[in-house]
Amino acid sequence: MNLNLYVWRQKGPNAPGKLEQLQAKNISPDMSFLEMLDEVNEELVREGKEPIAFDHDCREGICGTCSQVINGVPHGPQERTTVCQLHMRKFKDGDSIYIEPWRAKAFPLIKDLIVDRSALDRIIQAGGYTSCHTGGVPDANAILIPKPDADVAMDAAECIGCGACVAACPNGSAMLFTSAKVMQLASLPQGRAEAAKRVCLMTETMLKEGFGNCSNHYECQAACPKGIKVSFIAKLNREFIKAQAS
Amino acid sequence: MTVILDGKCPSGPLAQKWDKHRQDMKLVNPANKRKYRIIVVGTGLAGASAAATLGELGYNVDAFCYQDSARRAHSIAAQGGINAAKNYPNDGDSIFRLFYDTVKGGDFRAREANVYRLAQVSNNIIDQCVAQGVPFARDYAGYLDNRSFGGAQVSRTFYARGQTGQQLLLGAYSALSRQVKAGTVNVHTRTEMLDLVVVDGEAKGITVRDMVTGQISSYAADAVCLCTGGYVNVYYLSTNAQGCNVTANYRAFKKGAFFANPCYTQIHPTCIPVSGEHQSKLTLMSESLRNDGRVWVPLKKGDKRPPHEIPENERDYYLERKYPSFGNLAPRDISSRAAKEACDDGRGVGPGGFGVYLDFADAIKRLGEDTIRERYGNLFEMYERITDENAYKQPMRIYPALHYAMGGLWVDYNLESNLKGLFVLGEANFSDHGANRLGASALMQGLADGYFVIPYTIANYLAQTKPGKVTIDHPEFVKSRQEIVDLTKRLLAINGKRTAKEFHRELGKVMWEHVGMARTEQSLKKALELIPAIREEFWQNVKVPGSGADLNQELERAGRIADFLEFGELLARDALHRNESCGGHFRVEYQMPDGEAKRDDENYCYVAAWAFRGLDKEPELHKEPLAFENVHLGIRSYK
Repeated sequence: MNLNLYVWRQKGPNAPGKLEQLQAKNISPDMSFLEMLDEVNEELVREGKEPIAFDHDCREGICGTCSQVINGVPHGPQERTTVCQLHMRKFKDGDSIYIEPWRAKAFPLIKDLIVDRSALDRIIQAGGYTSCHTGGVPDANAILIPKPDADVAMDAAECIGCGACVAACPNGSAMLFTSAKVMQLASLPQGRAEAAKRVCLMTETMLKEGFGNCSNHYECQAACPKGIKVSFIAKLNREFIKAQAS
Repeated sequence: MTVILDGKCPSGPLAQKWDKHRQDMKLVNPANKRKYRIIVVGTGLAGASAAATLGELGYNVDAFCYQDSARRAHSIAAQGGINAAKNYPNDGDSIFRLFYDTVKGGDFRAREANVYRLAQVSNNIIDQCVAQGVPFARDYAGYLDNRSFGGAQVSRTFYARGQTGQQLLLGAYSALSRQVKAGTVNVHTRTEMLDLVVVDGEAKGITVRDMVTGQISSYAADAVCLCTGGYVNVYYLSTNAQGCNVTANYRAFKKGAFFANPCYTQIHPTCIPVSGEHQSKLTLMSESLRNDGRVWVPLKKGDKRPPHEIPENERDYYLERKYPSFGNLAPRDISSRAAKEACDDGRGVGPGGFGVYLDFADAIKRLGEDTIRERYGNLFEMYERITDENAYKQPMRIYPALHYAMGGLWVDYNLESNLKGLFVLGEANFSDHGANRLGASALMQGLADGYFVIPYTIANYLAQTKPGKVTIDHPEFVKSRQEIVDLTKRLLAINGKRTAKEFHRELGKVMWEHVGMARTEQSLKKALELIPAIREEFWQNVKVPGSGADLNQELERAGRIADFLEFGELLARDALHRNESCGGHFRVEYQMPDGEAKRDDENYCYVAAWAFRGLDKEPELHKEPLAFENVHLGIRSYK
C-alpha cells in the first residue's frame, strides 16, 4: 500500500519546526510502523537527505524508547500497543498519517521526533526505590507477600517509562508514571518503610520538573501501552494525604 | 606465538574457592574509596548493578549508555526468568546441581570455578531483588513461585509474569537512581563509547561521542568496566535491540584486549518467523512457553493443511520423540537444530516453510484458557500483534533466531581482561556459559557479576594502583580523540551510493547462511572471502548524510556496522579453527551418527582467545586450557 505521511521535522530545540509531507510507497501490511519509517528513511538517505530522527530500540514493546504521536494519539490507534508493535495492517492504502513527537513542557525537543525525557529519570531518582544496600538483606521468602498484593505491585511495575501518559495529558502531567512507581513500592512490605517520604519527594520533583497536575481527564490511561490504571493515581493521592497528615 | 592464558582460579576445593579468594583479596578502606574513579559502560543488568553497588561502596562512578535512559538497556526484554539454587520447591536442587546443569548445558566449555561461584551467589540475587521490591510471582500463601526451564529437571526459575528482565533491570535501575541522588554515580545517557584508552598496558579511560551534540571527549578513571552486552546483531536479524552492537568490545579488542570464543552464538528456538525482506528484528517468544506448549511439525513432507486438519497420528512431536526425558524442554541449541532439521527436511510450516508449531491445545484442554492466559497472556498478545494470529485458537509458528553471545572479551576469575584495569561483566564477557547458555541464566550472570563479584575483585586491583594516575591530557587520550574525530570525518566523507543498513543486511545474510546454525569448513572459508569484500565496498560506497556535529543516527549506525564488518570475520575465523561441534557451535563435519554435536575434548578443551594484530594480519590465537576436576566430561545427553 501507499501512504501519505506528514512528519514533524525540526533540526534542533531552537530551530523552527514544520510538518513535512513524505510518501511511503509499497508498504507491506506485515511491516511494523517503524519498519515503514525505516523504508522511508532509506529512501531519504539514498537521495542524500537527512532521514527522520526517531527514538526506538528493542522493537518488542518493552524498552519504552519509541515515542510518536500518530494521528493525534500517543503510540497510535491500537490500544495497549507501543509504536514499535503497531503494524501497518491497521492502516489502509492511501491513508494520510500525521506523525509528531511527544509534546510536553517537561520534554524539550531534541530533533524531529526525539524528545528529552530525562525528567522521568529525575522523578525516580527522587525516591523511586527502597534504600536497601547490596547484600545484608533477608532471605527472599522471609517476607511473605499475599498474592493479590504482589499482583497489584506487578500491575504497577509494568510501566515502561515511555512518557505516553504525559504526551496524552492536556496538563502534561506525569501522575500516571509517578503513581505507578509509588504504588508498586507502597503495595509491598519492603516499600512501606519509606512510603511517606517517597510519595512526597516524587510528586514534589514531578512538579519541579514542569509536569502539570492531574485533573482527571484519564487520557493517560487510554494512551498507556501497558494498561496502567488511573486508580493508581487515586491511590497515590491517598498515600500523599496520609503522608501530609502524619 | 600462542600464549597459555591463566584464568587465575583460586586453588582448593571447588566449594571453598570463592570464600578463600575473598579472604585473599586486598581491600580499599572506606576513606580511600572516594579517591578512585571507575567507569562503567552500559547500564543493563551487569552495568546498572555494578555502578549502583560500586557507588554505594563509595567509589566515584561514571556510567554511560547510548539509550536516553539507563532503564532501557536490552536486559529489559528478557522474558522468562532467573535461575537460583534456592530449592524452595524441595525438588532436589542445590548449588552443585545448578553448577552442574550450567556446565553441562554449556557443553563443558566453561570454567568450573566461575560457574560454581555463579551458582553460589544466585541465591543472594533473589534476596537482593526481593528487597528492592521486584514483584516476583507468588503463590497464594505469599511464597515465591518457581517454574521450570530448558536444560533442568528441577523448578528453579523465579519470574515476574513474562517480564522478568524488565523487573530485574528496573530493580537495578532503582538502585542506580538512588546512587545518582547520593551523588556517587553520574549517568551519561545518549553517550556512546567509541574507544578504550590504554596507558602503559592498563585501561585508564574511554573516548565517547555525545550523541546529541556530536562532541567527542574523553573520561579518565582508575578502572574501566565494560558491561556492553552481546554482538549477535552481526547477523543483522536477531532478537537484540536495534542499538545493540559490538563497538565497545571490538574497539577494546583493537586496543589489546583478547576476544574469547566469538563463535559461540546462541540461536533461540522459539522466535516469531521472518515475514519479509523489510524485517528489522526478530521477536522472541519466551522459552517458558515450552513448559506448556508442544512442538511439532507434520509427519509428511510438504503437508500444507492447516494445523487443526492434521490428525494426531500425522504429527511429529519431534522433541518429545528424540529427547523423551527432557522433551519440549531440551536446551536451546538442541531444540534449534532439531527445528532446522525438520524444516530442511521439507516439513516446515508457514510461509517459506521456515517454521514449526508450538501448540497449546493440550495445555488449554488440561488447565483451561484462563490459566494459560495468566501464565503467558502478554506473550500471546505480542504474538497476535505481530502475526495477526490468535495462539489460543491455533498453534504459534516459531523458528530459531540469533539471541545471545556466549563468547565475549576474555576475562580471568576476577572478571579482569588481559589488559589490567579493564573488567568485563555480563554478556560482554565469555566466562560462564561455555558453548551454550541455559535459559534464565543470563539474568543470573549479569546480576552476579555486578552485585556480588565486581565489588570484591575491583578492590583487589585498585588497592594495588595509585588513584588518579592519568588525566585526559595524557598523549594516549589526545591520540584516541584524534582517531575518533578522523574516523567520523572519514565516514561522512565517503558519500557513496548505498545505505549503511544495506551493508548490514548483506553482512547478515552471509553470516546466517555461512556462519549460522550449521557451519562447514567450506561455508566458513566462503564467509572469510565474502566479508572482506563487503567491508571494502562499505568504505568506498556507504552514504552517511548529515554532519558529525549533531544528532545523526545514520552516523551512529555506520560506525557500528564498520565494526561488525571486521568482527564478523573474527567470528568466522574462530568457527573455522574449532574443529569440533559443541553447544551453539555446530560443525556439520563433526557430529554423532544420530546428528548430535561431537566434541573433541582431546584437542579443543580450551578457551580460544584472539589477539588483534592489524586488519591485514590474521589475529593471534591464545589458549586457556579448561580443566574439569569436579564434573565428568561426559557426552551431553538429554535423551
